[in-house]
Amino acid sequence: MSGNNITAEKTTYETFTQEEYMVMKDELLRPVQRIGTWGKVWIAFLVTLCLLGLYAYYIQETRSKYVTVSLRDYTMWGVYISNFVFFVALSLIGVLMSAVLKLTNFEWYRPLSRIAEVIAVAAIMLAGVSIVAAMGRPDRLHFLFIHGRIQSPIVWDIIVIITYIATSMVLLFIPLIPSLSTCKNHLHNKPKWQMKMYELLSFGWEGTAEQWKILKKSIRILTIMVIPLGVSIHTVTAWLFATTLRAEWDSTNFGAYFVSGAFLLGVAGMIVAVFAIRKAYKLENYLTPMHFDKLGQALVLMSFIYIYFNINEYLVPAYKMSGLHANHLLDLFVGEDAKMYWTVVICGMLVPAILPLFKSMRKPLPLTIIAVVVVIAAWFKRYLIVIPGLAHPYLPIQDVPDSWRHYSPSLVEMTIVVATFAAMMLIVTLFSRFFPIISVWEVAEGKLEGKDEIINYK
Amino acid sequence: MKNENEDNNRRKFLKFGLLAGGATIAGLALQQKILGDSPADTGKKVKVLTAEGKLVEVDSSHVTHHVNEIDLTESQIREGIEGRKFVMVIDLARCANERKCVEGCQKMHNTLPPIEYLKVKRMQDAELTAPYWFPQMCYHCDNPPCTKVCPVDATFKRSDGIVAVDSDRCIGCKFCMAACPYSARSFNFGRPEQVEFNEKHPCKEDESCCSTKSSTVGTVSKCDFCPSHAEKGELPSCVTECPNGTIFFGDENEDTVSNGEETFRLKELLKSRAGYRQFEELGTKPRVYYLPPVKRQFPFEEATEVHNKEE
Repeated sequence: MSGNNITAEKTTYETFTQEEYMVMKDELLRPVQRIGTWGKVWIAFLVTLCLLGLYAYYIQETRSKYVTVSLRDYTMWGVYISNFVFFVALSLIGVLMSAVLKLTNFEWYRPLSRIAEVIAVAAIMLAGVSIVAAMGRPDRLHFLFIHGRIQSPIVWDIIVIITYIATSMVLLFIPLIPSLSTCKNHLHNKPKWQMKMYELLSFGWEGTAEQWKILKKSIRILTIMVIPLGVSIHTVTAWLFATTLRAEWDSTNFGAYFVSGAFLLGVAGMIVAVFAIRKAYKLENYLTPMHFDKLGQALVLMSFIYIYFNINEYLVPAYKMSGLHANHLLDLFVGEDAKMYWTVVICGMLVPAILPLFKSMRKPLPLTIIAVVVVIAAWFKRYLIVIPGLAHPYLPIQDVPDSWRHYSPSLVEMTIVVATFAAMMLIVTLFSRFFPIISVWEVAEGKLEGKDEIINYK
Repeated sequence: MKNENEDNNRRKFLKFGLLAGGATIAGLALQQKILGDSPADTGKKVKVLTAEGKLVEVDSSHVTHHVNEIDLTESQIREGIEGRKFVMVIDLARCANERKCVEGCQKMHNTLPPIEYLKVKRMQDAELTAPYWFPQMCYHCDNPPCTKVCPVDATFKRSDGIVAVDSDRCIGCKFCMAACPYSARSFNFGRPEQVEFNEKHPCKEDESCCSTKSSTVGTVSKCDFCPSHAEKGELPSCVTECPNGTIFFGDENEDTVSNGEETFRLKELLKSRAGYRQFEELGTKPRVYYLPPVKRQFPFEEATEVHNKEE
């Protein structure tokens, strides 16, 4: 579907008759065409988890929060907030794995970009859900719009997140238009409404040269826009913490520290997603060992960048060990949270920095195992950033019940957190069942331009 | 039930604002008297506090209360008592950890342990220095980190120095609690005992505890300097409850602070007793000053019991 083809022959992509393209299209439309038993079981499983989460939220909101959640006056932010930070970080996957690769002409982005963008949109939505779960008065959510004050970092965060959601959705949608047309023309035995949906959403796409020109231009503009936006959402999220006077968050390093952590999480998340989609939908021809090799290299790079910011964040204050920081730092290094802290350092930074240096570790399976470890460690990393410091304020905590000193999330809280993960996967799964999760035309375009390296299926 | 409470609270809040207006007008009337423009005496004497901090008796005709019916706008309620600049001084030499201030505060605000807007902490600055008791509440900072971060203007700084919370506005994001370096704020998680207590003791209009609606579940509350007392010229509960006169409350504009028995010039007291503010280096500019625990009235005794052990 290259520019040459279109301009030379004034043809639409429908007349793209290459045998390879037809095979490719069939393969990429297969997950949409047919949902197998295991596919249905998987969806049912995720729906169940989401419903459980909704039930937990119902309990939380109808009963006393003193009983249903473990939050108290000192640890007033818990796993909901750390989960929010995690999801905002994960949503930067779209920036790195789609936009940055696209703009820097790393051609192997082609089959990855849509996967990354769907995860980005799903993650940022679930970040919003996590925040609402953390609110004391969700019934007053609209006050943010009625009484919002621009001085508050929360309002900055809302502004950038809404902009990012909108941009990401448009960026997901515009490259989808030709694919919708493909769906409309090539899917069969689908319910009427679904075909109607493709018809409506493809906005009369015919694939004329002019349409392609507009499409490409819009994608380019949005791709450029989404990079500063993504960096802003996570920087502003870091400022939610860094604008306070608390020792553990009082850092000028915080924005960059958060963004670098998000990029590491993004690569790891991408590896897991690529592995799962590759296996589940048998897309080995498109998501190749080459992708794992490249992603493994990216993982090493991002780990070293993250380690650099961690050294700045922890070791520099630790060298001084000022009275204000000592409380928090000693708790992490040798205190109550030391086990979790050092596990996260090893699993979340050292493992992804060192192991994928070896080529054998960049094979799909070993790399995916490493990536799963990194994703889990990344979740606990956010926990460590948000929570332990709250239990070590400047003034000592005295005369309080035991539960006020030590926070461990309640069953209700953990159920809601698990449900947010399930919901994220459900969004990605459902998307992949209605739309091709790998962009047919983008892959074909790469193929046509003779970049065989990208889709090395022969 | 809940709505009724909220209505009551709102009425109380409005009334408080009206009284604030009334007090100003009363002050103006007093000034008029001094200028010699006097109406006919009624023979009934009332007590008023002069700018010098003296209590004097004047004829009631010189004091007029204009409790008018005009609807105060929300912004006026948020402005505070005109011309005042409330301030607190805590003399650490006098604190014996009797916790009467804590109990008085809880009674005043209808809170049950373990919720304490005012805490008494055992402090020891260094290994070789002496331990001391440290009453601590919201410092009503002049550069409050908490009001800056509030996304909906539910917590705000008033002209009289008080950092107040509007629990009808608060969305419960707890950002102010994260921002407060003194951990002075408390969140109403709806502890069953507390909710039950508030239902049994609903706010009546004449109860001063209701000027801040700390009983709203899902919102943030804290020490409010008892503005309903200040309005009437009374001292906050923690001040009056302390058997040792540890806590002084007053007005920076008047340059006086009082613990109910003794009254001092604020500036002189701070100068002569080397007053300081906690964590000055954070730049929050608290309105609560401490006098160092020197020449103590009581020897330091460790607490014999652990408080608020129960969940």
